[in-house]
Amino acid sequence: MVTEVGVERVIGLPLRRKEDLRLLTGSSCFVDDLDRRDALHAAVLRSPHAHARIAALDTARALADEHVVDVITSAELPQPVPRIPMRMYSIDGMERLLQPPLAAGTVRYSGEPVAVVVAESRYAAEDALERIAVTYEQLDPLLAPEEALDPRNPVLHPDAGSNLAAEIQVRFGDVEAAFAKAEVVVAERLQCQRHGAVPLEPRGLLAEAKDGRLTVWGAAKVVHTNKRILATLLDLSEKQVRLVELDVGGGFGGRGEFYPEDFLVPFCALRQQRPVAWTEDREENLRALNHSREQVHDVEVALRADGTLLALRDRFFMNTGAYVRTHGAVVPNMTVALLPGPYRWPAYECTAQQVVTNKTPAGTYRAPGRYEANFVRERILDIAARRLDRDPADLRRQNLIPTDEIPYETGTHTDRHPVVFDSGDFPLLLDKGLDSFEYDEMLRWRARDPGRGRRRGVGLAYFVEKSGIARWEYARVGVAADGGAVAYVGSASVGQGVETVLAQVCAETLGVPFDAVRVSHGDTDVVPEGMGAFGSRASMLGGSAVAQAAAALRKRLIDVAAERLEASPADLTIEGDRVVARGSPAVGIPLTELAGAAPDAEARFECPDMSFPYGLHCVALEADVETGALDIHRYAVAYDVGRALNPQLVDGQIVGGVAQGVGGALLEELAYDASGQLVTGSFMDYLMPTAGEMPAVRVLITEDAPTPLNPLGAKGAGEGGTAAAGAVIANAVSDALGAEAHVLPLTPERVVDLADERRAA
Amino acid sequence: MTNRKVAIEINGETYEREIEPRLLLSDFIRHEAGLTGTHVGCEHGVCGACTVQMDGEPVRSCLTLAVQAEGHRLTTVESLAQEDGTLHPLQQAFHETHGLQCGFCTPGFLMSLEPLLAEARDFDERKIREALAGNLCRCTGYQNIVAAVQLAAERMQ
Repeated sequence: MVTEVGVERVIGLPLRRKEDLRLLTGSSCFVDDLDRRDALHAAVLRSPHAHARIAALDTARALADEHVVDVITSAELPQPVPRIPMRMYSIDGMERLLQPPLAAGTVRYSGEPVAVVVAESRYAAEDALERIAVTYEQLDPLLAPEEALDPRNPVLHPDAGSNLAAEIQVRFGDVEAAFAKAEVVVAERLQCQRHGAVPLEPRGLLAEAKDGRLTVWGAAKVVHTNKRILATLLDLSEKQVRLVELDVGGGFGGRGEFYPEDFLVPFCALRQQRPVAWTEDREENLRALNHSREQVHDVEVALRADGTLLALRDRFFMNTGAYVRTHGAVVPNMTVALLPGPYRWPAYECTAQQVVTNKTPAGTYRAPGRYEANFVRERILDIAARRLDRDPADLRRQNLIPTDEIPYETGTHTDRHPVVFDSGDFPLLLDKGLDSFEYDEMLRWRARDPGRGRRRGVGLAYFVEKSGIARWEYARVGVAADGGAVAYVGSASVGQGVETVLAQVCAETLGVPFDAVRVSHGDTDVVPEGMGAFGSRASMLGGSAVAQAAAALRKRLIDVAAERLEASPADLTIEGDRVVARGSPAVGIPLTELAGAAPDAEARFECPDMSFPYGLHCVALEADVETGALDIHRYAVAYDVGRALNPQLVDGQIVGGVAQGVGGALLEELAYDASGQLVTGSFMDYLMPTAGEMPAVRVLITEDAPTPLNPLGAKGAGEGGTAAAGAVIANAVSDALGAEAHVLPLTPERVVDLADERRAA
Repeated sequence: MTNRKVAIEINGETYEREIEPRLLLSDFIRHEAGLTGTHVGCEHGVCGACTVQMDGEPVRSCLTLAVQAEGHRLTTVESLAQEDGTLHPLQQAFHETHGLQCGFCTPGFLMSLEPLLAEARDFDERKIREALAGNLCRCTGYQNIVAAVQLAAERMQ
């Protein structure tokens, strides 16, 4: 175990973050902060139509502008025009649906890049966009999956032969027999709306071609993967390309994937042999960054009258938008894989259809596929509980996977790998979560009369998350000339505190003070390989890699010191900034003297399987039946993360995750009109929670089930706050109004409609 | 468009530049004065990341033209800490309560809240949340920002 070697206990402490000082004082460096006076600026012309043929495209007037240096259309790109590849879970046929960096011939969503202007300033570049003349012949857009799958409608990518991008199916047990013998069957159509990551920092890039190499600042999330993709698309060797991650203003799944601009800006820099900078505005961000979450489910549950679950059957559409992006079929696959949740299902069948439409392409967003799955499963279970007149907590407890059956093979797969719940005590977490929420007290609160036109409700939602997808991470640890330790990590920072957590692991394992450790990440010239930050992996996999490398370096340092001191390594340890003899710390060698003598230690931590944190969201709320306003009285989350490396940061992840989940449940929608225009393209329309909408969140972090799959015992903590928020709020609202919510988000209008539905009944 | 000469005072220093009249104050601060601690999150006045103080009052620098700032005293996040590096009590409180994650919105929060601190000691949680509601944070869920304001207000008493 890692904790045995270090002198000081650092892992598990709520240490303050190393990142904060620069961020608090304005000395941080986000990509648009790079001050390159010699840089040109790019702006992207985007299609105003959801579906159209480009009949003519004339850039002459833009090129004639004295401030404009270059205008790029599809014709200027390498031919055949490269397409942005998938980096995860591709299914045969999806490669025919990939996006080219600029549209050629046909535009398939409003916001699709059509041309790029390169000019002397951002203002001049944006001005010149208006001087590009494009003649569009508009075509009818297909916006809903059912419409896109109707054989009477056109195929949006004729080469693909169909608008069905992928179909995923899983099945075990005898589903038909279970439904035939069921005493109770509940069937509903449940829908989750399109929304997305919307990090507060817009995307930006600065690319420079110099001395035969290309450097791109502003990379995020999967820096090494994107380096490979960029080199391939530009027909450069990987050695010629360097990507650099700076401070990153939030990721949440959307930011850092390879987008058209990630090709276009470096391409322009190569063409000009001058640095080219690009920063998107918010409207572009809302139209261009991956959307997520749009699913429509037809779900059925079969139960015995005593509440025993017999079977779950589901069929759903996932609206993937106009192209398949880097995630391939990850999102629907995650829904299929984790829809069963923490319960024992004798039989399960789920069919996902990922469908191409004329909307912005979709990808992952925090708890991708699971936010939707948890909403569907926990909603239908609550409807079943009401049908059976059962307490929702009791019905869940009755059906949880018993602790003695863990590790538990669920019978489903993610990325073609079996989903096995590696560790866990689901009933214990349910009890702890209900206690923390004060369930009985909240039921009493619910029973008290809130006054005229007000209704109170309580909701629960249990979930199993997954963490650590993509099965390895890289770290190298060395001693710097000043005697401090440096951990070079393949993990990426998207603002979640990676530099702090990985420094904690390094400090404790190596046996040096936390303050003496620096974490270096995100520069592909400095860190040779890495997987990055996604799927709640940075702490558990990055942390484990750092632990292995630091343990190896510790051994090396002690061995070198042992030789010099003519001592046995077993008698030496590291204290502060020196290797010393145990028991007589006056005898020793400063780490500064060993800096050159012990080479850096490298580790590639391999972890074949994912691990599965799990938790419970509970909400008590009050609804106003006249205005539809919801007042969240209490929001509680209990989450077992195996081991919390820094509990304050885990707490921060959970509360921040809840805020995004509450946004998805109540406010946020990437809504389109009938012509395929995004009508929520600004922060006046795309509403994210402010401090006024956000309730205080009561957080219980438990460590009852450390994972056996890594030396730290840690499971990912980044997504559990979001994962069940849509589910729990929908359940609480349905309980309050006595009418079942089927559609998210629960806007005031929908809440009023539900209240009216109840009154009509 | 004819350029205009302006002299704009930021954090006690005067920046003389020749600029387009349409230049946003946020762009002037960031790219003319090189004070990149002020961030631009939406460019339409909703998110509050670009908040600076003009004569001590918080303003959205993305909704203000640089030419409008002439004759006013601007302060940005770079002015909050003391010259020896000692953090302002509000910055210190954000650090201690984990009131920031990615930190992109943080300068805007600091510049919006700083003028309120004197009154904030009499604020309950609801009032603090009201005071915060003009700034968006996508990471923290606001809980620890509320705690930071309470802590800083307490210490500044």
